[in-house]
Amino acid sequence: MTSARSAIFADEHEAFRDTVRRFIAKEVTPSVEAWEEAGEFPSELFKRFAALDLLGLKYPESLGGTDAGKLYEAVLFEELGRCGSGGVFAGIGAHVAIATPPVFNFGSEAQRRRWLQPAISGDLVMALAITEPSGGSDIAQVESSARRDGDHYVVNGSKTFITNGVRAGAVVALVRTKPEGGHHGLSILVIEKETPGYSVSRKLNKLGWRASDTAELTFQDCRVPVENRLGPEHEGFYQALANFEWERIWIAVGAVASAQRSLELAIDYAANRVQFGKRLAEMPVIRHKIAQMLLRIEQARHLTYHALWLHVNRQPCTKEVAMAKIAATEADVAVADEALQIHGGYGYMMEYPVQRAWRDARLGPIGAGTNEIMRDVIARELDL
Amino acid sequence: MAINVVVCVKQIPDPSAPARLDPASKRLVREGVDLVLDPGDEHAVEAALQVAEGAGGEVTVVSMGPARAVDAIRRALSMGGARGIHVQDPALQNSDALSTARVLAAAVKGQPFDLIVCGQESTDGSTGAVPGQLAELLGLPLLSFARKLSVEEGKASIHRQTDEGYDVVEAPLPAVVTVTGGINDPRYPSLRGIMQSKNKEVRQLTLEAIGLSGKAGEKALTQEVVDLQPAQARKAGRVIEDKGEGAREIVDFLAELKVI
Repeated sequence: MTSARSAIFADEHEAFRDTVRRFIAKEVTPSVEAWEEAGEFPSELFKRFAALDLLGLKYPESLGGTDAGKLYEAVLFEELGRCGSGGVFAGIGAHVAIATPPVFNFGSEAQRRRWLQPAISGDLVMALAITEPSGGSDIAQVESSARRDGDHYVVNGSKTFITNGVRAGAVVALVRTKPEGGHHGLSILVIEKETPGYSVSRKLNKLGWRASDTAELTFQDCRVPVENRLGPEHEGFYQALANFEWERIWIAVGAVASAQRSLELAIDYAANRVQFGKRLAEMPVIRHKIAQMLLRIEQARHLTYHALWLHVNRQPCTKEVAMAKIAATEADVAVADEALQIHGGYGYMMEYPVQRAWRDARLGPIGAGTNEIMRDVIARELDL
Repeated sequence: MAINVVVCVKQIPDPSAPARLDPASKRLVREGVDLVLDPGDEHAVEAALQVAEGAGGEVTVVSMGPARAVDAIRRALSMGGARGIHVQDPALQNSDALSTARVLAAAVKGQPFDLIVCGQESTDGSTGAVPGQLAELLGLPLLSFARKLSVEEGKASIHRQTDEGYDVVEAPLPAVVTVTGGINDPRYPSLRGIMQSKNKEVRQLTLEAIGLSGKAGEKALTQEVVDLQPAQARKAGRVIEDKGEGAREIVDFLAELKVI
């Protein structure tokens, strides 16, 4: 191991990690190549994760969860982050980290039973739908309209870059319920796939995260019952915001783990590859590269664990989370790039896993709020 | 009728990491390495759980080892064991197989059990002697190398792995069974199992408590490791370059080995 165990995790977290790691090593990693090729992993994988209580770690037992808490979920994210497929990390992660929390945070008991319970048991795959073709980071400008008509909203518009969007049985969508009012005119609706007017317009073809299905969704006069709205009307912007910290921590934790794996791939390669009669691992230029990679990872890891600790202890941590997200995703990109470089020509070949780590890492600085937005967040927090 | 099962487990240095031998003690180095429940014992725990769950009984996990061995017991408990027994005593350092069997036999005496399940051998020491000695000390029949185990109507029945196939062997309960790696696919401890295992009882026993003071451990060795030799390194394979005659050369090579 190149990294010491952190004080943030107790023995039980490590025992849990052991279970998750074995499970992933046996039931995920061997299939990664095939799933990446197919552009999706099988939906049954949600059921397998559910069988090990992995989809409801932060939800109450009354809904089928374990109420174990977010630190356990962070362990799950770490182990998913090193599974070898950003797509699996994305698909399972999006369900757990971003799609279900609004239902738990703002849903009524009946709504939780209707969507969260089957989501925890792996019977219902969920997606979060915020981004639109016309705008991503600027969520106050969401345009998909939801016009009230009696007991229904009539929804029109489209959403894009929706992880799990192709197979989701229900999406948690941010829509405009008041034409004016910017961020004061948005609401969150749970829109079920069978609703007439709901369609998956495209499955998107991506550079990385290829085993996750990513969709463009279209709503055309899609009539959604008012009872599908989470919480009060026009509060959607703030409801969406409420889970941003956890979403960014998910990405940061996964990125650190993914970088760690890239480093391990590089170390493994350098230990065996002989050039000029020497193993790469004996050459100062490679040794320093590897030392620098580990340094980069540990810097990101400590910032990420600090943000995680603050978050689970309910301390203000907006800027720490933003910094962790930047540090972790940029470390992941940099480490994957160096790992690929150490592999030389083989690193550029599709049969070596490091190329996928390199492609998958590139999503990090873009998703969950771009790193440019993260820097804005930090600056805003400083009251400059 | 409920069937209660005892499963014997051992904590060993993680076999997936490179092992180091201490030339002085002639033992595997246990310091500074990850210690795990012997993967072979995971099959024993799974087999024990399946029998007990099928019959509405409980599984008791027994281990002899230093303080940290309780982690291996906890792991078996997180898989579903009901309680643990941990025999720990400074005098037990460097025990041999017979001492281990004596300790396990004394520890399970007084426990209500119908069946004892063991792995066929430890992954680190690989003597494979303990289960047989345990059965002898307890006066119980031994069913070894089970790749299938069923328990009903007061008897245990196994498929004993052989070179040609398997033998069906039966014995009345109580009995000792050793299982092979092929018998099952051990379950992962679920999070609930991990949480619950924290609150399960693990009885700590000393040699004195089980009436074996001076009768087990270093003071009662019956075997001694006198020398260590590194395993012979495997010879490098032969590379055949195909210049149009590759297939021929491979056939000749295999014929030479009398494989074909």
